[in-house]
Amino acid sequence: MNNELIIEIDNLTVDYPTENESVRALDGVDLKIYQHDFICVLGPSGCGKSTLLNVIAGFTLPSDGSFLMQGQPVAGPDSQRGVVFQSASLYPWMSVRKNVEFGPKIKGLPAVEINRIASHYLDQVHLLEVADQPPFQLSGGMKQRVALARALANEPAILLLDEPFGALDALTRIHMRQLVRKIWQEDQNTIFMITHDVDEALSLGTRLLVMSKSPGTIIREFSVAFCDRVDQRTGRVHVDADYLARREEILDLIDV
Amino acid sequence: MQNKKDFNKNHRMLTLLTWAFIFLVWFIITRFNLVSHLIVPSPGEVIQTFIAIVTDGYNGISLWEHLGISMLRLLIASVLAIVTAVPLGLFSGYFSKVGAVVDSIVQFYRPLPPLAYYVALILWLGIDESSKITLLYLAAFAPIYIACVAAVANIRVEYLLSAKSLGASGKDLFFQIVFPACLPDIFTSIRTAVGVAYTTLVSAEMIAATSGLGWMVIDASRYLKSSVIFVGIIIMGISGVLIDQGLKALEKKIVFWKGYQ
Repeated sequence: MNNELIIEIDNLTVDYPTENESVRALDGVDLKIYQHDFICVLGPSGCGKSTLLNVIAGFTLPSDGSFLMQGQPVAGPDSQRGVVFQSASLYPWMSVRKNVEFGPKIKGLPAVEINRIASHYLDQVHLLEVADQPPFQLSGGMKQRVALARALANEPAILLLDEPFGALDALTRIHMRQLVRKIWQEDQNTIFMITHDVDEALSLGTRLLVMSKSPGTIIREFSVAFCDRVDQRTGRVHVDADYLARREEILDLIDV
Repeated sequence: MQNKKDFNKNHRMLTLLTWAFIFLVWFIITRFNLVSHLIVPSPGEVIQTFIAIVTDGYNGISLWEHLGISMLRLLIASVLAIVTAVPLGLFSGYFSKVGAVVDSIVQFYRPLPPLAYYVALILWLGIDESSKITLLYLAAFAPIYIACVAAVANIRVEYLLSAKSLGASGKDLFFQIVFPACLPDIFTSIRTAVGVAYTTLVSAEMIAATSGLGWMVIDASRYLKSSVIFVGIIIMGISGVLIDQGLKALEKKIVFWKGYQ
């Protein structure tokens, strides 16, 4: 792997204080993320996958161990790491376009540039025609596409997706996967995505991380390339014996 | 859609019937002298008094002046309450240290009957406009302040986290996310606050006033002019409803996303 190292996590531990004692959410996590990785994290609920995403986003600080982003320690959330949550959390008082423009505007870019960026990413998620609508008029899938465009507009070094398609129906989910895959291929982004869905992970990811519960840590990593075998028209992976074997193997790991 | 229209129409009908019934009861009570007309004047008397006040004024001051001065007091007090309670409430909700300073003071004076501290206000500020406006201001301040503190606590965490991940600084966060996210609650509280301030209007105009709707009612009560009291109460009631309707229309326009968060 000769791509640039973006994130380096070493022996990461996160403890959450509760009333009586602290609960260890993550225990001894090591992870290196390189440019153009598409990482999918799988694991049972309570395995700490959301905590890991929160640490990378900067929302949660490590209790122990180190987390470096391009060689620098991270003090909190910033525009280098874009986040999309399961619920789109778009600002209802701003139009779709204004939502996407939020990041570039905060950066203080010139108006023409802000406009160009917003149009580009809205076009990429096929939502240019609803740019002036308030976001609450959109369907769930469209909202999630706006959230994606909003995160992309900042051109972050890494995109963090926290079960972004979890609340969508099956068909919309397939379309969303296809869209994310296309963007990842075109823009050469680096993506870290949490999912519950093994098929989603297999059809998108290049690296699949499986986490375990107590201790919350990464127990297995798979390198896969099923995303190269996706039917361009339907967006579905061509399922073969190899795919099914992997699927079984992962399910066995999660379902203990 | 058609059903909803019928539904609204039905409800409007019910409201109208309710008022028709109230007027009918009023009419019967007075028509058959069930109570003294000194206590409950007849609708006819009230209408005559209303026409007289509209044409000649009350106590040499026109109705519009009475209404105008009351509305002016209410307006000044409400605007002052909005421009101070909104930032203070948002700050208190956002920075816990500000909350620790301001919260207990508001909680202390809020349940006090306005008349109790009006006496103190008169001692400090005198008997002219400033004590009256301060009384209305204090009445309007608390509901807005308390709603703002609660609104900040109820902001969706994802709104704040998303903004931070998009590069927002503390200042950006406060003005571009916290403030608009709280606007729906702020508007609801303004409607409550104006209503509460209006209810203390009579108290404010009880002492050392020579005009105003509240004063008109108080003055009429001294001479047992019950029809004037009724006119005053009805005008206050109707203007209160109109003010609230105006605020509601404004709310619909400004906080167009209300209910879609």
